[in-house]
Amino acid sequence: MNASFAGSTLIEIVYLIASALFILSLKWMSSPATARHGIWAGEIGMVLAIAGTLLHHGIVDYKWIAIGLVLGSGIGIPLGMVHMTAVPQRTALSHAFGALCVTLVGTAEFYLRTPNVPKFMMSVLSMEVILGGLTFTGSLMAAGKLQEILPQRPITYKGQNLVNFLLLAVAIATAVYLVLHPEAKQFFPLIVGISLIFGIFLIIPIGGADMPTVISLLNGYAGLSAAAMGFVLDSKLLIIAGALDGSSGLILSIIMSKAMNRSFTNVLFGAFGQVQAAAAGGADVKPVHSATAEEAAAILSAANKVVIVPGYGMAVAQAQHKVRELYDMLTKKGVEVRFAIHPVAGRMPGHMNVLLAEADIPYDRLIEMEEINGDFPQTDVALVIGANDVTNPAARTDQTSPIFGMPILDVDKAHTVMVIKRSMSPGFAGIDNPLYYLDNALMLFGDAKQFVGAIVRELGGGH
Amino acid sequence: MPLTFFVNCHPEWSQSERSELERSRRIPITELKFEDEPMNSNLIDMLFIFMLACFIGFEVIRHVSPLLHTPLMSLTNALDAIAVVGAIVLVGERKSEFATILGVIAIVAATSNVVGGFFITDRMLKMFKTSRPVKK
Repeated sequence: MNASFAGSTLIEIVYLIASALFILSLKWMSSPATARHGIWAGEIGMVLAIAGTLLHHGIVDYKWIAIGLVLGSGIGIPLGMVHMTAVPQRTALSHAFGALCVTLVGTAEFYLRTPNVPKFMMSVLSMEVILGGLTFTGSLMAAGKLQEILPQRPITYKGQNLVNFLLLAVAIATAVYLVLHPEAKQFFPLIVGISLIFGIFLIIPIGGADMPTVISLLNGYAGLSAAAMGFVLDSKLLIIAGALDGSSGLILSIIMSKAMNRSFTNVLFGAFGQVQAAAAGGADVKPVHSATAEEAAAILSAANKVVIVPGYGMAVAQAQHKVRELYDMLTKKGVEVRFAIHPVAGRMPGHMNVLLAEADIPYDRLIEMEEINGDFPQTDVALVIGANDVTNPAARTDQTSPIFGMPILDVDKAHTVMVIKRSMSPGFAGIDNPLYYLDNALMLFGDAKQFVGAIVRELGGGH
Repeated sequence: MPLTFFVNCHPEWSQSERSELERSRRIPITELKFEDEPMNSNLIDMLFIFMLACFIGFEVIRHVSPLLHTPLMSLTNALDAIAVVGAIVLVGERKSEFATILGVIAIVAATSNVVGGFFITDRMLKMFKTSRPVKK
């Protein structure tokens, strides 16, 4: 065999090793103890795969490859250094970049191959470009909403679902036509264009509270489009990596949709954000109990068991470091402090865990919903910081509530519930929370960061 | 007439190599049509790989602790950027100006995901600490 064949066998073997390393990388992510090995495995696999590819005998020019790699690294480093509170939008942005890469390569491949595009290849190529295109603009929209460049509230209009459905139908019909007539290349831009528009329309109606599901779903789409690209380019490595990413995204969206009591089909077809309806009725002012930082500190220091429930509000107020001080202070006084993490708390899967870990709170103190819910009746104080809907008891009891059936943290079963909240205005989804009117509930009005800071000062003996 | 296609046939192989392979690896396929181009090693093989990889993905990721869902997502994102290999070949082959331009943008986008993704995942994972036994 001559050199070129030996070359491609070598490349295939390198890809084989890289695929194994990618699988190991994800496997090691299952526990915090081994997770960092996972990164190394992934990095080695990636370097091997890129180095192997550079040996590809068809490559005649390295200049532009080098320029691309250097520029990409230059953009990647600052994107890797963003503040932890910006992780959701960074993640959305990187889904957009991944999808952009896939869409561009798919487009270039089409024009290189047309009119000789076999039917199967044209089908996967269309899938690659449709999924890639909608993920690109959709993720940009999501990132814009998370960065608050775009309004976080859902933008809806009449017949929205119909418009979206028609757009997708046109894109698919065009794709089918191209599969049958691959020489009709004037239609190809139509597929790309519609997918890009569809991505925007798909994400516009989605509100901030649905972001964990949406980000996971976009993650899955990005993976599937990369797998489709693997079919087009005849690359098993790409198929495997895309399948891993796609299944990861889909699993996360299933977990997220369960945590919001949505069916998986509901999520797959992107019918988010339709919750709004619930008339913000009951405008009658019901009495609530409120308390000062001093009183809150007294109650907390008298407690044996405290559960802190963080939500997106804690992230917005950047209160996690103050919360850590509170944790330290109470722990020093012999109070057992744990954190209850709802799967959809925050703006992406695992958001709260990362923020609390950043504030140096040990991860064995962060407890999942199923595990901690049974403990609330024995809990002296549940302190809710910036969480709302995930603590709303109406989800258990009120069949008319838009969130009825959603699994929640049973904070109302604790002896005392304290809720740090800016004002009585209803939460993001516009749903009133009966928790606040319970007899065992105390409202602590104020900014999360300042209020927790005030409690910490009181616990430390004031000044 | 039985339609055929060839395993691992690369368009740039010499004629002798190709005919040698044709002799040794001819696989008759009755239903699929791939007459136009030597492509897609074996489509069915690739579908099998895809199916198996999906199952592995589901199994492996099901066991990831919810604690690590955010780093998991940034890691899979970095791994997914392996699509950069496709872009590298596209640019390196210089088949058309248009393809090269799109390819370079694709390399930039994917590389930024590789570098940024691994970097931030590592930063996140470094933060996860267990409550150490009180030694100090």
